[in-house]
Amino acid sequence: MKIHEHQGKSVLAGFGVPVPRGEVAFSSGEAGEIARRLGGSVVVVKAQIHAGGRGKGGGVKLAESPEEAEEIAKQLLGMTLVTHQTGPEGRKVGRVLIEEGLQIERELYLSIVIDRATACPVVIASAAGGMDIEEVAASEPEKILRETIDFSTGVAPFQARKLAFGMGLSAGPAQKLVKVLKSIYTTFIETDASMIEINPLILTRDGDLLALDAKVTLDDSALYRHADLQDLRDLSEEDPLEVEASNFSLNYIRLDGNIGCMVNGAGLAMATMDIIKLAGGEPANFLDVGGGANAEQIRNAFKILTSDQNVRAVLINIFGGILRCDVLAEGVIAAVQELGVPVPIVIRMEGTNVEEGKRLLKESGLNFITADSMGEAAERVVALVRQA
Amino acid sequence: MAVLLNTNTRLVVQGLTGREGTFHAKQAAAYGTAVVGGVTPGKGGTTHESWPIFDSVDDAMRETGANATLIFVPPPFAADAIMEATDAGIPLAVCITEGIPTVDMLRAMTFMKGKSTILVGPNCPGVISAGKAKAGIIPGHICREGRVGIVSKSGTLTYEAIHQLTRQGMGQTTCIGIGGDPLIGTSFIDALRLFGADDETEAVIMIGEIGGTAEEEAADFITREFKKPVVGFIAGQTAPPGRRMGHAGAIIAGGKGTAAEKMAALTMAGVHVVTSPADMGIKMREVIG
Repeated sequence: MKIHEHQGKSVLAGFGVPVPRGEVAFSSGEAGEIARRLGGSVVVVKAQIHAGGRGKGGGVKLAESPEEAEEIAKQLLGMTLVTHQTGPEGRKVGRVLIEEGLQIERELYLSIVIDRATACPVVIASAAGGMDIEEVAASEPEKILRETIDFSTGVAPFQARKLAFGMGLSAGPAQKLVKVLKSIYTTFIETDASMIEINPLILTRDGDLLALDAKVTLDDSALYRHADLQDLRDLSEEDPLEVEASNFSLNYIRLDGNIGCMVNGAGLAMATMDIIKLAGGEPANFLDVGGGANAEQIRNAFKILTSDQNVRAVLINIFGGILRCDVLAEGVIAAVQELGVPVPIVIRMEGTNVEEGKRLLKESGLNFITADSMGEAAERVVALVRQA
Repeated sequence: MAVLLNTNTRLVVQGLTGREGTFHAKQAAAYGTAVVGGVTPGKGGTTHESWPIFDSVDDAMRETGANATLIFVPPPFAADAIMEATDAGIPLAVCITEGIPTVDMLRAMTFMKGKSTILVGPNCPGVISAGKAKAGIIPGHICREGRVGIVSKSGTLTYEAIHQLTRQGMGQTTCIGIGGDPLIGTSFIDALRLFGADDETEAVIMIGEIGGTAEEEAADFITREFKKPVVGFIAGQTAPPGRRMGHAGAIIAGGKGTAAEKMAALTMAGVHVVTSPADMGIKMREVIG
């Protein structure tokens, strides 16, 4: 689960990571009040969306008075912000973070992720902060420092110093990094984060280290044990159909095409998208109904699929293992009879009780198109969409 | 010979008394696997569906001579179950559980370092040695004893590959579902090593998916030391970046982990990469005749 910058910062601050003073505003009036409370000669107004590249996209602005902060907030709130990470459709800004302005001496990069190959947390650091880290990795890979953390000991002070001196920090700030990195690591483990990225981590002219930005992604599988963090979910950042699907425990991701897919298993669901594309079509979604899908789940899946106005045909691809094909067929027939699905449905099923499943579909009197292989199914559904 | 599981396997099921555990223990037994008991802490000394239940893996091994465990423990407790099995020194632990917190797996994988237990999974369909034994949820009736090994990150795509091989008359030796989580026990390389040393396995189907670099690492390994033919498929060629495609590990992050990169690396390593999941069996037929 992604959370907003202001939420990430308050989570980090709770574990002792220094962050700039600031508060979130949902209206321009609030923004002005916060700027007044913060005082100082300049404040920063930052659009809060779940995507990076906000600075370049025009979502981060300086204000030299509370009135200006209010004016900027008015412009940002409700606007659609387009960055290289949002795609051309952009994201609507619903909240802004108002923060104190700081005198920046240097911008550093710091992140923690889990390295799959070693099964260890790894800290990535770079003196080239404030830039897109993927670009730095591509153009100046020598500027990327990595430190693998032993889970049983946590970050050792010498590792933090190694990174600090590697980034060219002097003794004072290096000692501060030991403490800051330890706090960030503690946040990572204690909140079950899957990624924490501080870009930039700034060194101020006064010699302090602060997290000027924070991108925190939480492990969905661990949210059950963090009631407080669950509340940070911002549904307005998500596709409404995806939110509805998640309420049904369906794994659904909306895409741009017009062929709806319903598949059991994540790998097969991805492969079904791939084979549609190979046949010259465009998948409208990823949808994994899971291994133990029942009639109820299939009905829910149909509801979601057909709510997408772009869908011109549906491809159902099921490999029945535990999920029996006859049970699937009954579920599909019931759902179609109840919901009156307005688009053609191509069904390819294989595995347990497949003959019985096919018989049920045939005898239902409904207009299903069946296919014997994935390849044939993809070709048929693509042809149907072309005709339509 | 098959790998990991064979007719000498004596399987204990952690979480046998649960609904899933019971169902799949019965299925494994029906397939001919020697299922020797279950582990449910607090229910030791009782029986369930005529199987003896033990409080710990340690007890189960001592009393039954179990040499493999199948884990159906719910996500909050599954990593602990893996560590318990490891501590007991069981040679093989297959964990089916989906949704284990990554930090819990970090702890379990750290605990396992230097210890002898082989972990398969988590978030996987398990292992089946065709005609011999199974530990997991792969439907036995689609398998035929044969010549090809399968290693896969995905469950239903494994079934798909099994089905295609059976249809082509080539059959399988062992099918290993390694799982779709970021942190897993047995890797592609571990599985390929096992298949490389297995006389019955003539060739391997390897099924990867977007996310991470395990496929690229396998490509390096294949280039260096794997001599048997490999047919490969990578799921997620059309997956959008930055989205988690069902599996916790299936995500293109920071432009890395794309299907295109993985397919290129495998092709460079001499793997017969198919672009369509429907062609895995046909391609294998072409390659090994």
